Amino acid sequence: MREIQASQITETVARLAIEANHFLGEDVVAALNKARAIEESPQGKDVLDQLLKNVEIAKQGAFPLCQDTGLAVVVVELGQEVHLVGGNLNEAIHAGVRKGYTDGYLRKSMVGQPFSQRVNTRDNTPATIHTDVVPGDKVKIIVMPKGGGCENMSALGMLKPADGRQGVLDFVTNVIDKAGSNPCPPTIVGVGIGGSADQAMWLAKKSLLRPVGQPNPEEEYAALERDLLERINNLGIGPMGLGGRITSLAAHVLVTPCHIASMPVGVNVQCHSARYKEAVL
Amino acid sequence: MKLTTPLTNETVEKLHAGDRVEITGTIYVGRDAAHKRLVEALGRGEELPMDMTGQIIYYMGPSPTKPGNVIGSAGPTTSGRMDKFAPRLMEIGLKGMIGKGLRAQPVKDAMKKYKAVYFAATGGAAALIAQRIKKAKVIAYEELGAEALQKLEVEDFPVIVVNDMYGGDAYAEGKKQYARK
Repeated sequence: MREIQASQITETVARLAIEANHFLGEDVVAALNKARAIEESPQGKDVLDQLLKNVEIAKQGAFPLCQDTGLAVVVVELGQEVHLVGGNLNEAIHAGVRKGYTDGYLRKSMVGQPFSQRVNTRDNTPATIHTDVVPGDKVKIIVMPKGGGCENMSALGMLKPADGRQGVLDFVTNVIDKAGSNPCPPTIVGVGIGGSADQAMWLAKKSLLRPVGQPNPEEEYAALERDLLERINNLGIGPMGLGGRITSLAAHVLVTPCHIASMPVGVNVQCHSARYKEAVL
Repeated sequence: MKLTTPLTNETVEKLHAGDRVEITGTIYVGRDAAHKRLVEALGRGEELPMDMTGQIIYYMGPSPTKPGNVIGSAGPTTSGRMDKFAPRLMEIGLKGMIGKGLRAQPVKDAMKKYKAVYFAATGGAAALIAQRIKKAKVIAYEELGAEALQKLEVEDFPVIVVNDMYGGDAYAEGKKQYARK
């Protein structure tokens, strides 16, 4: 067994939360630059120029990319040969979020009870934690600050098996059409197909952790991603919804087996501030 | 076009969907929780922490201010969540709203009725937008943290008119222009 201190988890989560909120991934920046080259609408070009300038300012460290520094989604791949000492995993992660959001002047956006009291927890905890136990003696941690505006545009469709590929295309396109300018386009559209209701939604989010525009390795799914992106960009919503060619930078699809009666389709929308950072301990 | 606050009916009458505008002067900041409190206070017949006449409310909850700065990052939040409260505030004099995203029909109707305008700022350009904010002060509901009611002084704050008082809609018009079958 390899021993890892819980405090290392805390320090890592804190650091990743701050980095994710200041340094947009190079893949996202490249996708924004490509969008700027393709976009035809003057308003759309102007929006993309502003977003690229914003990336430069955030990099300097004084201002995060977005004022909504997110719900802290933390994804952990825990090697089964790791023995965590000096605390428990979930508490170490929450402590990391508390530290990162406090030390890093990041916004505290969590309320303790959702439908009546809605009192801010003041330290952005709790994190939403997804843990997978994997072979090996390493711990991989991804911190993904997820904005509320785009998360609110998520949807789940319990489609019929007979709806098939066309059903997926129609459902996802309709979700993005209805979302319009709300989720801060240009977006990245995460789609999870199959599994149970909860699995489809998780796959939709997990697909957003792939570099922007890197296609699914299976050609059938990569083709679905291309068709989805074309349908979505034909909507004309454009950057910030003001009209244009680029409504989404990419569509990412993940697929998993499902029940004979079901065809769940989860959609998780990611704004252009597609933030996550990872580390391996 | 350059505008200074507060806004008058004459100014609102000149604004049309798609116009690019730079705002200078005082604007107020409030989002979900502050709106709920303002409208509840009106319901109880209480005086509000600010005079709404001719004012603009920016739907925003900034990130914390780092030492030496005026404010943290300060981009718009999704306006639709304020739809339930916006008509009541227009009724008492609110003339402008800044946010991002779609508005409901009752809000657009109230904009016609009370002569008001809805502007969009660029969502996610929060670090860039913060550079146009020269002063910031919490004026009420401090315990709400990022959702407190604030007063800002802004200079050439860049927005675009989405919904004007004539029913014009820059989102609908833009989409129509670029949609492909």
